[in-house]
Amino acid sequence: MTAVDTPTTSNVGTTKLRKEDAHLVTGRTQWTDNIQLTGMLHVAVVRSPMAHARVTKVDVSAALEQPGVVAAFSGADLADQWAGGLPCAWPVTEDMQSPTHLPIATDEVRHVGDAVAVVVADSRYGAADATEFIDVEYEPLTAVVDMEAALADGSPLTDTQLDTNRSFTWQKIDGDVDAAFGSAAHVVERRFINQRLIPTAIEPRAVVCAPPREHREYTMWSATQVPHILRLMLALTCGVPEHELRVIAPDVGGGFGSKLNVYAEEAICLVLAKRLGKPIKWTESRSEGYQATIHGRDQIQDVALAFNEDHTLRGMKVELHADMGAYLQLVTPGVPLLGAFMFNAIYKMDALSFTCHGVLTNKTPTDAYRGAGRPEATYAIERLMDEAANELGVEPFELRERNWIKHEEFPYTTVAGIEYDSGNYEAATAKAKELFDYDGLRAEQQRRREQGDKVQLGIGISTFTEMCGLAPSRVLGSLSYGAGGWEHASVRMLPSGKVEVITGTSPHGQGHVTSWSQIAADALGIPFEDIEVRHGDTAVAHKGMDTYGSRSLVVGGYAVQVACDKVVAKAKRVAAHLLEAAEDDLEFDAGTFQVKGSPDANTSMQDVALAIFAAHDYPEDMEPSLDSDATVDPENFSYPHGTHLCATEVDTETGAVTIRSYVAVDDVGTVINPQIVEGQVHGGLAQGIAQALYEEAVYDAEGQLKTGSLLDYFVPAAPDLPHFTTDRTETPATTNPLGVKGVGEAGTIASTPAVINAVVDALRPMGVNDVLMPASPQNVWNAIQAAAPADGGAA
Amino acid sequence: MTRVEMTVDGEPCEHEVEPRLLLVHYLRDVLEKTGTNIGCDTSNCGACTVHLDGRSVKSCTVLAVQADGSQVDTVEGLAGPSSDGDETDGWHPLQKAFHTEHGLQCGYCTPGMIMAAKDLLEENPDPDETEVREGLEGNLCRCTGYVNIVKAVRTAAAELREGASS
Repeated sequence: MTAVDTPTTSNVGTTKLRKEDAHLVTGRTQWTDNIQLTGMLHVAVVRSPMAHARVTKVDVSAALEQPGVVAAFSGADLADQWAGGLPCAWPVTEDMQSPTHLPIATDEVRHVGDAVAVVVADSRYGAADATEFIDVEYEPLTAVVDMEAALADGSPLTDTQLDTNRSFTWQKIDGDVDAAFGSAAHVVERRFINQRLIPTAIEPRAVVCAPPREHREYTMWSATQVPHILRLMLALTCGVPEHELRVIAPDVGGGFGSKLNVYAEEAICLVLAKRLGKPIKWTESRSEGYQATIHGRDQIQDVALAFNEDHTLRGMKVELHADMGAYLQLVTPGVPLLGAFMFNAIYKMDALSFTCHGVLTNKTPTDAYRGAGRPEATYAIERLMDEAANELGVEPFELRERNWIKHEEFPYTTVAGIEYDSGNYEAATAKAKELFDYDGLRAEQQRRREQGDKVQLGIGISTFTEMCGLAPSRVLGSLSYGAGGWEHASVRMLPSGKVEVITGTSPHGQGHVTSWSQIAADALGIPFEDIEVRHGDTAVAHKGMDTYGSRSLVVGGYAVQVACDKVVAKAKRVAAHLLEAAEDDLEFDAGTFQVKGSPDANTSMQDVALAIFAAHDYPEDMEPSLDSDATVDPENFSYPHGTHLCATEVDTETGAVTIRSYVAVDDVGTVINPQIVEGQVHGGLAQGIAQALYEEAVYDAEGQLKTGSLLDYFVPAAPDLPHFTTDRTETPATTNPLGVKGVGEAGTIASTPAVINAVVDALRPMGVNDVLMPASPQNVWNAIQAAAPADGGAA
Repeated sequence: MTRVEMTVDGEPCEHEVEPRLLLVHYLRDVLEKTGTNIGCDTSNCGACTVHLDGRSVKSCTVLAVQADGSQVDTVEGLAGPSSDGDETDGWHPLQKAFHTEHGLQCGYCTPGMIMAAKDLLEENPDPDETEVREGLEGNLCRCTGYVNIVKAVRTAAAELREGASS
């Protein structure tokens, strides 16, 4: 391939207002639930009210008598429709225990919300009404709710078909941990609880499936992040050949990992469309979704750090109990294992032992939620660094800086065996401290401590990194993941000089259409407005690995760049032919091919596109097309990082926490669109702060979800969150040509420990060394009471 | 079934509906005005916010029969006519400001957020940051962290004030 000149950059790095917005602000949207098709039927799902039970009877006959009802099925009625259970693509160990997960349970239900029957009617309301007429009898079984009790000898089982609740134990040991801890001068140990969360994308899930009409194919619209993965997995699960299934992700209203899955209702709609020959629609209600859509986090973390006398970090031990819930969904078991590479974070150490027990319980399955394994790891290490600083009597930044990788040490191979290509923790920290007025706030804190203010000021630090750009396929293979991590893009040069970019990523709020247009505009020298980006339809974007894990720009944007480079290389040959010049004598800049030193001898990319369409005169040894495809497989992950600082006001009498200021300085490498990047950070912060202060999915001892709707599960509204001050440093990634690192999860990963460190810091003089999340007034007040001396006098 | 008549985004409409039919389902499923969204079943999220006789309501908490004889306005009726080539010309200042300030990402909460903000600005044409946050507390956004929504509402407020005084 001919080397491609570096084009003038005019789009990348500037804020371009989003192309996505016009239909969203005017209501001309295409959410899955908007779709109405001729003859469409509505399906409603009957769900188990019990966490664990034998299903002894399902009688749908009365439902069939209800007005508008077309069909009703028990799990047994449809059992022969599934080629297998719903898939888990990440068998992390050879002996991993995975409960059989039929889309509709047959004789045993394993969590509240497990499907037991479906009813199909000619209206939304009619289907919902008819569920009341399906007679299901249950014989209760003991619900397993507590992870540690679940692993004890003689524990009741979550699934009577298994002989253990231990799905797997996975271990990775790097370096000599015994030596590190055996000779350590200081060891700091803690147990942290990373509570269960409910992702709560504002668009509930929805599915429409139409049976074949003029083509042989089924068409499914789903509110999914992963149309390509979904197509393959449904083909395997439902016995519909892959080439006879088209999956479309139309407008999708957020995901955060909750739509990175293959769900029972998607399989149900496909099978019902096949069986009934009619379009089928299902839309979840929010409360239904809280039982039937994956949850996130839910780890017990036993962690320890070993230090030398001079506070140099020697090693880390991590033992996790990770709650899988009742079934292993698409990547459930793999999520906590990402922590094996992240607990060491930005710090140098000689040894790291990581053990994860994946535990089955009778709860809604967990799976990837924004950050997926990295927020949990980051929370533990950043909390633990603050605890260590306190125990060692040093300033928390001093302890961090003593141990973090210095900017001149990159590329740096971490104790976990992965190579961080670039970063500058010193620069991000310096900028954050200045924006935050760190020294000023510390001085104020000191004054208020001395004055014994009822409301104390706390300062929380989080110096984080993450691994993004999932992922090098070879690495995924070595971790037993069922697929690769490549991404695909196509560039179609239209005769009129306009361009179609087809991407395998599947955006649902991230602004890929705009950012990919910026990349292509610069690479091709075509105006931003003349580029259309198509995605999210397996018939249009035939190849893709979809959107999750902050991968889209790092891998998908990279693919767009490579495909554009191929177009330019082809166009250059055509231009040289048309200009009767040697290819090496041509320069390409801002969409123009020009013979060096002869300004008049030039042609544009658009003219070349038209010429190759006409195909009257082009080089003999090439095809008459500039269109190009690229499938790129990243050589490494990318490693965004940053320094986040949070100041909290904590009322020591009521336990109320208010965030006074929040500064986030992120380094996500090269920035394509600053406004979009800032927006991604803001949203991430909101979700990370929400874990710290507000959100928790609570189950009672019988496995009932007590936070079963938005009435009880606290998703923060505008008054519950502060203004964020955001800024950036820019250390380009060296492992992709754009220099980008990914930004979707950064805010979520960084912010949770920053907030909790601030809350604990405020209360440190009272003897408080930890606060359970969420740091609700009650949890904070309890922590204060637990730390108070017996005479009741606070320090 | 009960007969309802109302004006939706300036268009008269008339249907026989079940008395239990929610206004939001009437808009979405009967009128096929799908610009207004549903995000919950407990009236917490505000995605379905529309105006009923000029005041914002969550259309999942109103029955279609309760809106009988009323004027209903949704996000779909907000934009005015635009000049050739640039549809943003006709957009309401809130629509423009959500676009320019990046006050939306996935956009699912946006119609409700804009309709709630419109009501807020009609009551308080010059809200400060706290007043915007409190005024929108009935609307949840999961993508933006609200910072740019607050900016958008205040930007639109300034434009509306300028328009009113000129």
